[in-house]
Amino acid sequence: MGRISALLSGLLFGAGLALSGMVNPMKVQNFLDVFGAWDPTLIFVMAAGLAVTFLGYRLVLRRAKPLHAPGFSLPATSGIDARLLGGAVLFGAGWGLTGFCPGPAIASLVFLLWPSVVFVIAMVAGMLLVQRFGRRAGPAADG
Amino acid sequence: MTEFTPLAGAAGGLLIGLSAVLLMASLGRIAGISGIVRALFTAEGWRSWQVLFVAGLLIGTLATSLLGGFDAASIAFPGNPVTTVIGGLLVGAGTALGAGCTSGHGICGMARLSPRSIAATLTFMGVALVTVFLIRHVGA
Repeated sequence: MGRISALLSGLLFGAGLALSGMVNPMKVQNFLDVFGAWDPTLIFVMAAGLAVTFLGYRLVLRRAKPLHAPGFSLPATSGIDARLLGGAVLFGAGWGLTGFCPGPAIASLVFLLWPSVVFVIAMVAGMLLVQRFGRRAGPAADG
Repeated sequence: MTEFTPLAGAAGGLLIGLSAVLLMASLGRIAGISGIVRALFTAEGWRSWQVLFVAGLLIGTLATSLLGGFDAASIAFPGNPVTTVIGGLLVGAGTALGAGCTSGHGICGMARLSPRSIAATLTFMGVALVTVFLIRHVGA
């Protein structure tokens, strides 16, 4: 059942990215272009996603444990350090440059277009580089 | 130009929220795509729940497009092959260092009111806004 939930969760996520248009990197870059071709759609995606998750987590995290796992795996919420902020700076620069963040980039692979493939290969290379040479291994699944 | 589509955007955001809540309710996990992708490249990666999540992500995107919920012909890529490679490296390295991306920090972490996630989200949003301003209004 846990495996079916993982598949279903992925399905919902992919459907959300496609329906909202976030799978199109030009639409995302236009959101970031507040002083130009501004397309505010991403605000509505974030607001709806945050509202549902905020309320849903309140209900779910009240339980002793999840339905199909021994416990909740919740990353630390405190400890703002240079590694966190430096990573966010690099990520923000790459996101602005391409209009792609990890979810939409992976999802867009289904359209079999070269820029998606090139981006995802470079993204995985960047992740593996940090894993290989990062001074301390980052938490496996913070985000 | 891309068309402002608030209703489709909110509907998509709702589905993404449901996805995050379902994953927490069933497996107790954060729906953070960068973390999920990184997990695929570990020793046990190909036997993990993360593989099924990514399979679902691909099927969900394709099915929504085939059912008319997204026009695949509208996809356009900013930049060129060089910026695509640089951007990919930055996104991969940055999300690995910062332990999260738009979904893990921006949706799941912010929904938990995590100070780490709020700081990360404000930082990458701000840097992305400045980057696009520089590309489109200052540089080439």
